[in-house]
Parts: sequence; C-alpha cells; structure tokens
Amino acid sequence: MTKHETHKKEPLMHISKRMDMKKWQAWLIRLGAFAIALIVCGIVSSILKPGSFGKFYAYLFKGVFGTPRRIWLLLQNIAMLLCVALAVTPAFKMKFWNIGAEGQVLMGALMCALCMFYMGGKAANGVIVLVCFIASMAMGAIWAVIPALFKAQWNTNETLFTLMMNYVAMNLVRFCVNKWSTNGSGVLGILHYGWMPSIGKYTYLLNIIIVAVLTVLLWVYLRFSKHGYELTVVGESTNTARYIGINIKKVIIRTMILSGVICGIAGFLLVSGTSHTVNANLADGRGFTAILVSWLAHFNPAAMALTSSLVVFLDQGSTFAGDSFRLGGSFSDIITGIFFFFIIASEFFINYKVKFRAISKKKEKALAEAVAVATVEVTEEEVR
Amino acid sequence: MFSFLREAIWFGTVYLYGSTGEIITEKSGHLNLGIPGIMCMGAVGGCVADIWYMNSFADPSKMPAGAVIIIGILGAMLVAGLMGLLYSFFTVSLRCNQNVTGLAITTFGIGVMNYWSERMGAKGISIYWVRQCFAQTFPCAGTIGDFGKLFFSYGTLTYLALAIALIASFVLRRTRIGLNLRAIGENPAAADATGINITAYKYVATVLGAAIAGIGGLFCMVEVTTSFQYSVDAAGWLAVAIVIFSVWRPSLAVLGSMAFAILYYIPSRVQVDFGEKELIKMIPYVVTIIVLIIISILNKKETQPPQSLGVNYFREER
Amino acid sequence: MDKKVAVELKNISKFFGDVVANNKINLEIYKGEILSVLGENGCGKTTLMNMIAGIYFPDEGKVYVDGEEVVIRSPKDAFSYHIGMVHQHFKLVDIFSAVDNIILGEKMPEYSIKEEAKKILDGDTDKDFKVRAKKYLKVAGLPFVKVWKWMKFNYLSKARIKKIQSIADRYGFDIDLNKKIYEMSVSEKQTVEIIKVLYRNADILILDEPTAVLTPQEIDKLFAVLRKMREDGKSIVIITHKLNEVMAISDRVAVLRKGEHIATVETSETNEKQLTEMMVGKKIDLNIDRAEPKNSEDRLVVAHLTMSNHDGIKVLDDVSFTARSGEILGIAGIAGSGQKELLESIAGLNKLSEGEIFYYNPYKNNEEVDLRSKTPIQIRDLGVKLSFVPEDRLGMGLVGNMDIVSNMMLRSYQKGKTMFLNRKDPKSLADTIVEELQVSTPGTSTPVRNLSGGNVQKVLVGREIAAAPTVLMAAYPVRGLDINSSYTIYNLLNAQKEKGVAVIFVGEDLDVLMELCDRIMVVCAGKVTGIVDGRTAKKEEIGLLMTKTDFGADKEEEKENNDD
Repeated sequence: MTKHETHKKEPLMHISKRMDMKKWQAWLIRLGAFAIALIVCGIVSSILKPGSFGKFYAYLFKGVFGTPRRIWLLLQNIAMLLCVALAVTPAFKMKFWNIGAEGQVLMGALMCALCMFYMGGKAANGVIVLVCFIASMAMGAIWAVIPALFKAQWNTNETLFTLMMNYVAMNLVRFCVNKWSTNGSGVLGILHYGWMPSIGKYTYLLNIIIVAVLTVLLWVYLRFSKHGYELTVVGESTNTARYIGINIKKVIIRTMILSGVICGIAGFLLVSGTSHTVNANLADGRGFTAILVSWLAHFNPAAMALTSSLVVFLDQGSTFAGDSFRLGGSFSDIITGIFFFFIIASEFFINYKVKFRAISKKKEKALAEAVAVATVEVTEEEVR
Repeated sequence: MFSFLREAIWFGTVYLYGSTGEIITEKSGHLNLGIPGIMCMGAVGGCVADIWYMNSFADPSKMPAGAVIIIGILGAMLVAGLMGLLYSFFTVSLRCNQNVTGLAITTFGIGVMNYWSERMGAKGISIYWVRQCFAQTFPCAGTIGDFGKLFFSYGTLTYLALAIALIASFVLRRTRIGLNLRAIGENPAAADATGINITAYKYVATVLGAAIAGIGGLFCMVEVTTSFQYSVDAAGWLAVAIVIFSVWRPSLAVLGSMAFAILYYIPSRVQVDFGEKELIKMIPYVVTIIVLIIISILNKKETQPPQSLGVNYFREER
Repeated sequence: MDKKVAVELKNISKFFGDVVANNKINLEIYKGEILSVLGENGCGKTTLMNMIAGIYFPDEGKVYVDGEEVVIRSPKDAFSYHIGMVHQHFKLVDIFSAVDNIILGEKMPEYSIKEEAKKILDGDTDKDFKVRAKKYLKVAGLPFVKVWKWMKFNYLSKARIKKIQSIADRYGFDIDLNKKIYEMSVSEKQTVEIIKVLYRNADILILDEPTAVLTPQEIDKLFAVLRKMREDGKSIVIITHKLNEVMAISDRVAVLRKGEHIATVETSETNEKQLTEMMVGKKIDLNIDRAEPKNSEDRLVVAHLTMSNHDGIKVLDDVSFTARSGEILGIAGIAGSGQKELLESIAGLNKLSEGEIFYYNPYKNNEEVDLRSKTPIQIRDLGVKLSFVPEDRLGMGLVGNMDIVSNMMLRSYQKGKTMFLNRKDPKSLADTIVEELQVSTPGTSTPVRNLSGGNVQKVLVGREIAAAPTVLMAAYPVRGLDINSSYTIYNLLNAQKEKGVAVIFVGEDLDVLMELCDRIMVVCAGKVTGIVDGRTAKKEEIGLLMTKTDFGADKEEEKENNDD
C-alpha cells in the first residue's frame, strides 16, 4: 500500500519497487557498475603500489591472455566455478539458501579420491574413472540432501545447517588425507590412477566440455522441464504450489539432490580431471563465490557463464598483477571483493526506484493512480 | 585441569567476541555472514593502529601499555565498524541479499588481512612489544596459585570480552533498547507500528556487532598467534556456529565459546594421531548442527532464530 | 444531556485511483459514547477510521479534535491526539509477553535540562552565596539526573507491570500479563491490543470488527469492558456489520454504504430492519443477463463440512449444500465467514475434520466420486474437472513474476509423458485468452505482475475456464475490477452456466449476486444461515441472514428454501 502519505516529514527520498525495467537497461546498469568497479580497482592498485594505475589494466589482461597456458587456466577455472554455480542454482531458484556447496564439492572430491586410492591398480582406468564419477555424485547428493530432509520435515534453517556442513566436510577431508598420507606429512601426493583422459594434448579440455554440456543441460532443465517449472513455482510462491497440488517437500528434496549431484561432479572434475589429489582447500572458496555468481546472473545458467568468466578473469588477472607488483597473492581477493560490492549494489538500482523529494506532486499522483487497482485490492484485503 | 580450563577461557575469548557481535546483529534480523571478514579487518585495523603508535617511539619497550591497548581496540573497532557500516548500508538501505553481501565482505576482509600480513612478513615488522602490552595481567596472578591463575591471569581483552557479553546479555534481556531490538528481529512490522526507528536500530546493531567482532580479530593477532598466519576467518565461522549453539543468548555464548575452545584444545592434549585430531575438531560443527536440528524439532518459540532473520524489511511490501 | 464532541470529520474523501472509498463524509464522535460504524464489506468504514488513526491521509476534508483542526499523518500523530485503533490483524511480537508488547516502542518522557535548570534558577535574586552555590551545584548535576532517569526508564523492572495491571483492573480485563503472545487465544491477543492503546493514553478508541474473532461469551466480556470505558469518559468507535451487537452496545449508529455516509441515528430510535435497509440500500438494476437453468442435475454435494483453523476456531461448521449443473450458486456473506475455507476444502487444499464431498461425473453417467481428503492432483487424476479461481490472484492463482504463458501452464504442465514441458499449447492458449478476453498486455511473455488488476483476473479466469470444467468456483472474481472488466467476468460465468457447468460464485455485492445467481447460499460465521432463490429473494432478507448470529430457530426456513 502507498504509505508515503503517512510520513509526517516527507523523507528526502522515497524508495519503491521497480517493475518496468527493461532487460537491456538492467544489463546497462550492470555494465556501468562493472566499469566503475574496474576504475576503483585501478585506483586501489595505484594506492597500494603508487603509479600502477595504467599498468594494472595491462597486467590484468596479460595475466589472463598472456600465454596459451594462461588462457587454458582461465577456461579451466571458469569451468570449475561455473560448475559449482550451476550446482547451487536450482536450490536458490527454489529460495533454498544452500551455502554448503563448498562442503558438497569437497565430499564429492573426497569420494573420488577414495575410489582412486583404494581401487588404484586393481581395475582398468576406465572403470575407476566411472566408479569415481558415480561415487562423487552420490556423495555430493547425500551431503546435500541431509539439510534438505530436515528443512522439509522440520523447517530447520538451511543457511546455517549447510554452512556447518562445510566445516564437517573439511575436517573429514583432512582426516582422510592424514590417514592416507604414508609419510606423515599430512599432504596427500598425486594419485596415479583414475585420471580423466585428456583430449589430445589439452589437459583441461574434457573438463571444460563436461561443464559446457552441463550448463546447457541445466539451462534446459530449468527452462523446459517439468521439474524446473515446479521448483520455480515453489520458489515464487508456496501458496500457488499448494493450489496446483505440488508436493513441496518432494520438490525440495529432489532439487537438493540435483544440487548435490552437480557439486559431486565438480568435486570429481577437481580431483580426477585437475589436481589428482585432494586437500581441504581444494574447493578454494568456490562454493561461496558460486553463490555470488549465480545470484548476479539471476539464476540463469547462460548468464552465469558470463558472470563466472568475469569473476575468474578479475581474479586471475589481478593475481598476476599482484605478483608483478610484488603485492602478493591476496591482492586479487581485495580486487574481487571490491568488484562484488559494486555489482551487488547495482542490483538495488535494478530492483528499486528512488524518487527524490523534488519530484513534482503531479507526477506522484499519476504514479499513484497507475498502481491504483492493485492498491484497492490490497487495502480491501487489509480491511479484512 | 586448572590450566586446561584456563586455556579454554583464554582461547574462548576469540569466539566470544565474534559470537557476541553476531548475536547483536542477528537480533536485529540480519544474518551477517561477513563476520569472518570483519574479524580479519578488525585484526588489521587494531594492529595497524598499534604499529603506527609503536613507530612514534624510539624504544618500543617503553610504550605505555594502557595506551597501546586502547589504541588497538579503537583501531579494531573503527575498521570493523566501518565494514559493519558497509554491510548495513547494503542490506538495510539498499536491501541487497544478506547472504551475498556477507560473503562478499568475507572475501574482501580475508583478502585484506592476508595481503596485509604478507606485507608485514615481508617487511619484517614485529609486534612483539605490542603483544607484551596486551599480555599484561593482574600482578597477583602468579602468587595465589592455580586459583589465581584461573581468574586473574588473562590479558585485558579477555575481561573485556566477558564484560561485553554480560552487558550485551543484560541489555538484550532487561532493557527497553534490547526489547525494541528483539522486536525488530522478530516482527519488524509490529515494531514499526509502535514508532520504533527500525533503520537506526538496524544500523547501530550491525555496526556495533561488527565493531565487537573486530576486537576478536585483534585478540587473535596480539594474543593467540606469534606470526601473522593464524586464520582469523576460521574463528569467524566458528563464532557464527556458537551463535546457534547458544540459542542467540550472549550469556550462553560465554559457555559456548569456552566449550568450543576446549574442543579446539582437546586434540593437542590427547594422545591421538594427527588424523583423529581432525575428527575431534569436527565436533563443534556437528554439535552445532545437532543443536540446530533439536531446536527446529522442539519448535519452542524462545529458542528459534529471530523470526525475520535474513529477510530485509521493506515497509511497502506486504 | 449535552455531550462534547471529541472528533469531528468534515467532508472527508478518500480515493484509490478511480475508486471512491469515502465520499464527503461528515461524522461526529462524542465524548463518553459508543458509536457503531455499520456497513457492508468495502463500504469504506475501515478506510474512514484508518484516516483518523493515521494509516491513511484523507485526500479531501478536515479533521477536528476537541474543536481544533488537526493533521494526522501517522499512527504516532494519532496517539498524540489520544486516538488509538485496534486493527483486525494484530501487530504483536509472538515471543514477547503481554507486558513487553504493551510497552514496546514507548518513548521516554521529555526531560529538558535547560528547562529544569530554568526552574531551579528561576527568580534567582538570592544574594546568599551558599544558596546560590547550592543551586548551581544542582544545575551541574542535571545531566547526571537525566542519565539516571534514562537508565531507570530503560531498565525493564518488574514494576513495569504495575501500571499496566492497574489499567487492566480498572476496566476489568481478565488477563495474565506475563503470558506470552503465542500462548494466547485470539481474544487475549485482542485484549493486549486494547490495553496497548489505553496504555498510550488513548481517549478515543477505534475497534475494527472486534467481535469477528470472539465467542459469544468473550463478546459479552468485551462489551462489559467497553461500557466501563464509556463511563470513564472515553469515546469508542466500533466498526462492525453485526446488527444485534450494534443494538446491544452502541449509543449511536453511523451507517455507510458504498463510500457514502447514509445517516447517523440514535440506537434507541431505530431497529434492525431499518438499519438493514440503510445498510444494503434499494435494489439497483445492473442488467446482467440471467437465463433459466436447463437440464439441471446435482453435480457437487457437500454434506456436514466442518473445519477448524490453527487457533482451533471452527471456520466451517456443518456446511451442507448442493451445486447443480447449469446454474450459478451464489455464496453471500460477510468476508471471512468461511467462504475461502469452503472453496479451498472442495479444491483439496485443506484437511477436513468432518464432512463429505461428492462429485457426480457427467462423463461417466453421473458416477459418484468421493473428493474428501484428496489433493488437487488426485482430484484431477480422478477425472474431476474442477476449476477454482481463488481470492488471492497473485498469491495463489498465479505467479506474479512469471509470464502469461508460464501461468497458463500451472494447471496443465504435468500433461504428457515426457519430463519436458509442452510450451506450445499454453502459448496458443495464452494467445487465445489475450485475444478473446481483450487482455491489454504488451505480449504473452509479460510477467502477470505488470498487468492491471482486471487483466490479471481475465488471465486467471480464462485459464480456469479453458480447462473445460464441470464445476467452476470463483471467489470474489470482480473485486477491484472496473465495470467493463466486471461485466466480462459475469458474461464468462454465464456462458459457463449455459454450457452446463455448475458455477459457484462467492461475491460481496448483493446486487450482483441477486442478478447473476440462480440460488444464493448465505453463510455467517462458518454456518449456512439460508439458501434463497436469486430471483425472488429480497435484499433485506439476505442482509439479515448475513448478520444472523442466533441459530436454531431457522432450520425450517432453510428447509423450505432447499426444497425449491
């Protein structure tokens, strides 16, 4: 309802929800935010390392596109981040705040390493890879479905639950690594069996292809499948879901299993396809970054390819810049953090309209009339 | 046994700052997942302030301890408070998603902390004398045996943490300010109807909570770790866990922090190999999950998270 | 007895867009009286009172309190003029005790150091040094006094209960102030809200339908309390539509109809019949077509339906009726009398405690189907073609953020054996509906939230009709719609009726019900108070049935009506 009439002093500005934002306008705002973020990052860089403003951008690009190896690394990192972002998306679309992707990925990775560790040499490589793949998915799903079961049954707060599950997973990984490492160093060396095959001489190509396929599949799932439709309805309005007879509990559990499966795949790709070993920092915060990536893309897998590229680009480029400036590896975290701030803030201007007091009364009235019908409906309801 | 308990109280200080700060924030209905990052920023802020102060002395060993402590605390609170301000600007004024904003702040804070500690390490700056100041305790501590050790052997920051937690507990339960704040976290629309300035309360609660958590970061730096390597952010996540464990009560957070500290210390005290220690370290999180499940099954109103936790309040939205 | 005017409204008007909620209303509220504001749903009685309480701001007109013109822009302003309102939806914090809810948000009494200092130093001509020094010392101590007072105010001592208890005792409220809100019954919650208003020194109390949620015994108690308040000199305004209560409690009655103030009369000089006439007005001809039902047969039989809500209050109480094919069954009643629950129960959204719902399938030789305790999907799988237009369009019937095509799929998305959605049929359905019902929209990929109320409703009704129902239930399908859209909906319903569909229409405008429906079932407080013929029924008759709260004596009448 229009409450702005009720203020005694009219506030300096009035914030209201925006409905009429065109898609290209929204993207223009985001682009603007990205540009401003880049400029601010440059300024920060030149504060930390005086005179590096111009160089920062040069290094940014050099660090990403400088050599073919770096480009491959970029694509690989994008693929990994995108994969985790894909995993959290169905749950988020359902308004299930799964911030446990980190743990789900780790458990998938752990399961993969477990299979590689115990099956190594006892079966054909192809079999091991297949078993790893399935086991990873299963473990990711199990780790994800636990909070979902409690959410569905007792409405247990999923944000806090999944957050805690992350740390349980990390400690489990550390435990296993310690058990397995024979030299007592607490570091598990490279496992020699169960590597994913590489296509030609491109080590990461298969990873990238798998994630690309996954992106398309998830896009299709969310957009064209009945399941995707159901989880969208549940996320938008549980009342509507009830009205058309959707079993909400079932949808929550099913969707979280899917989320977990994709996390498991990410874990599998990280172990079998990339590092061939496992440690507690394997996921490298991707579980959290992925949330930002997914949210910024409005849970659209295609847009997520773009946002994850941006994040990885900035991360990798600024890491290189940081190294070149002798600012250390954490420089990139600061840059990424700043980037996030600007992009998050830009969402406000997409979702809300800010009217300043100076606006003429006439305009306000016209606006009020535009929402009149809806208002009447609402007040009528309030009356009851 | 006494020394064990003493270490629990001492190390629990880290968690206590973080969880007290987070409880105050969460009571206003905001789930601040930026706490780990904010604690990092507090650590940086406090140390930077003290190093700056230390540099004004030719002989750092002659620094007045009181001044070092106060400057350190103020520095930590200021920087952490600024991060809290950023968080509340994003979530209260811009109504951005709380989880996303918090995670971004954590990314940023950890980045700043690591960056700064690498710099310090590279420059070879030591805060040995600063640490000495913070380590000062009651002179009688050593003289009255175990008992004295248990109560009087801590640095200023530990007593401050206990004081803050108890004051916070008192304010939340026994004063109108606390009542209003709790009402906002439970039912902002009802609070709004009674004329409480919701925005102001949310801002103050978040900034204050962040500032308190920031002191916890400082504590890590000046009391716990000898290098700049201790991962403050891990303590931050545990602090979030303790909030649940203590069912959103600062007085219980004191016990929760001690319990978690004991769990942190058990691995170093018991004779198990390195691997099993990791399993013991897992216990706090598992316990937290169990507590979370139990309170949701019992569904008792008093032990639930604040009703509107995680939901931004927008008056014109129904 | 000459009474003083507490509040006076002059030419108050309020518009919501094109809709006139209140039109030039003049009303006086006296001190020490109980005034009833009587009217049907949507007549603007709550809107009017909300303007005194500071929820809305009048578009035209003036408000006088104690003879002085005032501007009330917020509930806070209203409190400063000692006006308090108890809304229908309680705004209480569940986990707090009654006491804490009552004192919530209370401001500390003004304490100005400057003025206190002035008081001390006033007329300071004393030459005696000692006396002066003492005075200045006192002034110097004032900031500390202020801090002390602030701390004392802030501390939630046990004594805080005393003042509230004294208010409760004074008016005879029977309540445990330390009880938590979530443990309370609705009537206790209401008591807390009333005490809250009194605690803030309200002299003018506005109660919005206070009896709607209460049992008869609780109502008696409330009335006793209200009478005590009146003796205390307070003005009380009760918004209501229950005639017997108006007669029982009030000194005067102000009747509103469709945003107009009809009259204000002394209760002692009027009777229920006269009030009903004023409330519902003369019958207005709307020229809605109505054909005679053809080949009518029983389609849906509901028997002894009983259901309780979360608070354990019976929202449906032994409801029985039959919906027949080829006719429109209207359901009339004050909002919240169980209409919503009734329709939702039939649609399979609620758990029933008692009762039967049978459907007779016309495609299978009127085979009997038991619908009790079935989910919407089970009902559909049984081959029951049941369509439901719920009251809450964007919250239940449609998904606001989805486009028209996706909303078309809500009912049909499960069709087909693949796991993929069929978007083609919904797309063509959306096109058809947009074209045939003249939905004004940029395209079928526009989120429905961006459509106006009338167009939203066309989309919803269009979708439900497209399912070729044999039973069509519509709850307040024309609420908030303009005249043209309303007639589109009426025509759609009539077309369905002529196709042989059993239509159930829940409406609020009696004129519409009486011209559209073949039979009208009247409900009140979850019970059926009568079923009348839409062609012969009198408006006053329906009005009386809607407000009838004494049951028992009218079973025969009901039977008669059922027979035709």
